[in-house]
Amino acid sequence: MTGEVASKPTRHLHRPLLAPSVGALFLWMAVPLAMTLWFSAEHYNLLSPGKTAFAGWENYRDLLTHRALWIAMGNTLFLVGLVLAITLIFGTLFSLLLNQDFPGRNVCRLLIIAPFFVMPTVSALIWKNMLMNPVFGLFAWITRSLGFGTIEFFSRMPMLSIVLIVGWEWTPFAVLILLPALHSLNPEQIEAARLDGGGPIALFRYIQLPHLLRPMAVVAMIEMIFFLSLFAEIYVATGGGPGLASTNLAYLIFRDALLGFDVGRASAGGVIAIILANIVCFFLMRVVGRNLEDLR
Amino acid sequence: MRRIGQVRWELAIVVWAVALGMFFPILWMLLCSFKTEIAAVATPPALFFHPTLENYHAVLERADYLAFARNSVLVSLGSTLLALALAIPAAYSMAFFPTRRTRDILLWMLSTRMLPAVGVLVPIYLLWRDLGLLDTVFGLILIDSISVLPIVVWMLFSFFREVPAVILEASRMDGATQIEEMVHVLLPLCTPGIAATALLSIILCWNEAFWSLNLTTVKAATLTTFTASFSSPEGLFWAKLSAASTLSIAPILIFGWMSQRQMVRGLSFGAVK
Amino acid sequence: MATVELRNVRKQFGTHEVIHGIDLLIQDREFIAFVGPSGCGKSTLLRMIAGLEQVTEGEILIDGSPAQDVPPAKRGLAMVFQSYALYPHMTVAENMSFSLRLSGTPKAEREQKVRTVARILEMEPLLERRPSQLSGGQLQRVAIGRAMVRQPKAFLLDEPLSNLDAALQGQMRLELARLHRELNTTMIYVTHDQLEAMTMADRIVVLNQGNVEQLGSPLELYQHPATFFVAGFIGAPKMNFLDAEVKTVDAQHLTLMLTTGTSITVPAPLQKLNANEKIKLGIRAEHLALEPEGELRGEIEALEHLGPRAYLHTRLADGTRLVAQTDGDTQARPGDHVAFRARSEATHLFNSSGKALTRSDPQAEPC
Repeated sequence: MTGEVASKPTRHLHRPLLAPSVGALFLWMAVPLAMTLWFSAEHYNLLSPGKTAFAGWENYRDLLTHRALWIAMGNTLFLVGLVLAITLIFGTLFSLLLNQDFPGRNVCRLLIIAPFFVMPTVSALIWKNMLMNPVFGLFAWITRSLGFGTIEFFSRMPMLSIVLIVGWEWTPFAVLILLPALHSLNPEQIEAARLDGGGPIALFRYIQLPHLLRPMAVVAMIEMIFFLSLFAEIYVATGGGPGLASTNLAYLIFRDALLGFDVGRASAGGVIAIILANIVCFFLMRVVGRNLEDLR
Repeated sequence: MRRIGQVRWELAIVVWAVALGMFFPILWMLLCSFKTEIAAVATPPALFFHPTLENYHAVLERADYLAFARNSVLVSLGSTLLALALAIPAAYSMAFFPTRRTRDILLWMLSTRMLPAVGVLVPIYLLWRDLGLLDTVFGLILIDSISVLPIVVWMLFSFFREVPAVILEASRMDGATQIEEMVHVLLPLCTPGIAATALLSIILCWNEAFWSLNLTTVKAATLTTFTASFSSPEGLFWAKLSAASTLSIAPILIFGWMSQRQMVRGLSFGAVK
Repeated sequence: MATVELRNVRKQFGTHEVIHGIDLLIQDREFIAFVGPSGCGKSTLLRMIAGLEQVTEGEILIDGSPAQDVPPAKRGLAMVFQSYALYPHMTVAENMSFSLRLSGTPKAEREQKVRTVARILEMEPLLERRPSQLSGGQLQRVAIGRAMVRQPKAFLLDEPLSNLDAALQGQMRLELARLHRELNTTMIYVTHDQLEAMTMADRIVVLNQGNVEQLGSPLELYQHPATFFVAGFIGAPKMNFLDAEVKTVDAQHLTLMLTTGTSITVPAPLQKLNANEKIKLGIRAEHLALEPEGELRGEIEALEHLGPRAYLHTRLADGTRLVAQTDGDTQARPGDHVAFRARSEATHLFNSSGKALTRSDPQAEPC
């Protein structure tokens, strides 16, 4: 009977309790959203504020007909999809490893989850300057010593480099959620499976994996929230470049707004980003919402 | 279920390799922070060297570093407190007086978090400018607390739901008003959960970069802005940069390590028991 | 020390009505049990009396004054919850004195009241412990103690024994009965276990799907169940029921044709019956005797040996199952073909809508 309505006489009291949070979030959504929509239909540049004019669909047409937006969208989806896959696969793998008993297991766990707590700007710095830097970086030294020359991470494969960085940061998050889930698996189920003759692979496929599907959904949902508007790593590591190669939607809009001062165009980009996020999240909510069904 | 000693050791080696691999970048940065600048850029990279504290001295003596650190602390704590103040009553209301709309409201709150910050960058920037909130700690606190509010509500909600309703009913029978119920029974019982939520909020606000980079310049900039400004440093700064970065992430790393179990409980919403 | 009266109390959850117009008068100082299967509304009724649920319609009067709009703490009642609902972060003493603390009672008085109650319940050594350190039985006592400290007008107990093991249950039943005598306070007790109700209560209310089936003393309910439901619910083993049709009836006797093909004659009821009317015949296990010429014939499927007596689970010719009581040293075995005679004065009759048909002379029926 957890969480159920107890006594009703004080029911009227609880609505004002909820109101400030709902109100704040609603304001946060409604007002800026409305403004974004408004600006997206204007020619408005901060450098020439007096010359604002109604633009109608022009900003959108502009954006949609130029490569930049499509490249950015492609990069965004590429980033989200690939990092999601990496974190879920490696997260599961690492969790399976950490689920076993061996000396120093707790320390290993702490080491593996550490990257998640590191500031994204610092993460990007470490990878960019200390590891991936073609001149001074550690990777360069390793590959050169082995005779492979230098991999120019950020010039040759900027998007993949970002994926690597973000994957490194967020795989620990998947472990944080999936490992306790594995741990909570009823040991009797596992014993029963063993008695039925199941080896480790069968065990994983038929018992552990189904149990993990729910927490995986949680991981996916939270990661989506953060990946769709990934910003700091790109800002620090590549600045969106070379060219537009590692620009995602968030960075593109930022560039238009705060580097180009083009409010109208940035707002239109913002609207497109919101629509994209809504589409992605709609599908995701369906999956997660079903898991939240047992909200007793 | 004793495993053969040998298999255990093979496993241990593999996992340790993975763990050290994952931790390596952080470890490398930590090492560099104790090197002299010259040693930091030496190739081949030196594993053994004379450790020095000169970088840490240099960083801590910089007045602006301390200012950035102070801002990070103020923003993290301030946003967390504000978020908690809004979220505790909301979570209480939803956990113990659920209506048919409760699940929808919760999902809606989460969906506001999915709104890409960049979508409202422009209006927020302009609004903050007009309200005089640009480059202020308070302005950053406002936006960070809103960003973190849905997650805080969600976690508190799931912790509150773990308190059996009968205990609150018993307190009602004992004569407690709603406030007394919260103060004497609910909050003491949920202290670990609230602590974990607060810690997660502090971590998220401390690491927050988007608004910090866009809404602050000099006075209210946080450590994220500070570290981001070094995206193309000259080689000679690396050791000091490592020291500054280590100082920036150390508190949060420790926080995270301390509170990870509790945070996961709240985040997983019952998906992980 | 108070009367509790319910007048036409109804409860709806949304559009779904779960309690349909209940009238009840609970006497001062009596031990009354609400009993019934899961979902019958007994807990809901108790919670409405406590004030933890709102009454949709009707009145609840405590000591004559309307209480349905009074908040729980001001009704002067105390509740013992099924899961004890103790405050995990407080010691036993703090748990018990919480209500006094809230009402501003001075410390010395609080401590004295707690100690008094602890002495009555023999739990003084537990006062400084926390709930997590106590066993189920001890938690029980603390829950009861917490209620006693408030010196309420009536105690409300919501299935307090259901979380205890069988041996402890038996012991606690006696304890509660003793407490009731000592405290001399009204106790309203909810349980799904008819045995608990039968052994402890002065009167029992049998509830089914939000309606009162019958209200009476344990003996009344056992000997004169008013409905088919009460007859089947009260008493273990469950009363045997046989489907029958009216064959002939006159002022004295009623002859029924059973589905087994045999007929049986019993004393006639007061109510008028038509030929071929469908009737259910009820007979308790102890009123069936093994008799070679008996009208109920069948094969024994299983035996339960209980020491002083045994129960024969028998399958009759048409598939109907019967439980009959016999001596503990019976030589019967599964597979035996047996016949029973029913004690005709001890039979119960129920019409097709479940109502019991009454006979003219209740004293003619044995116990």
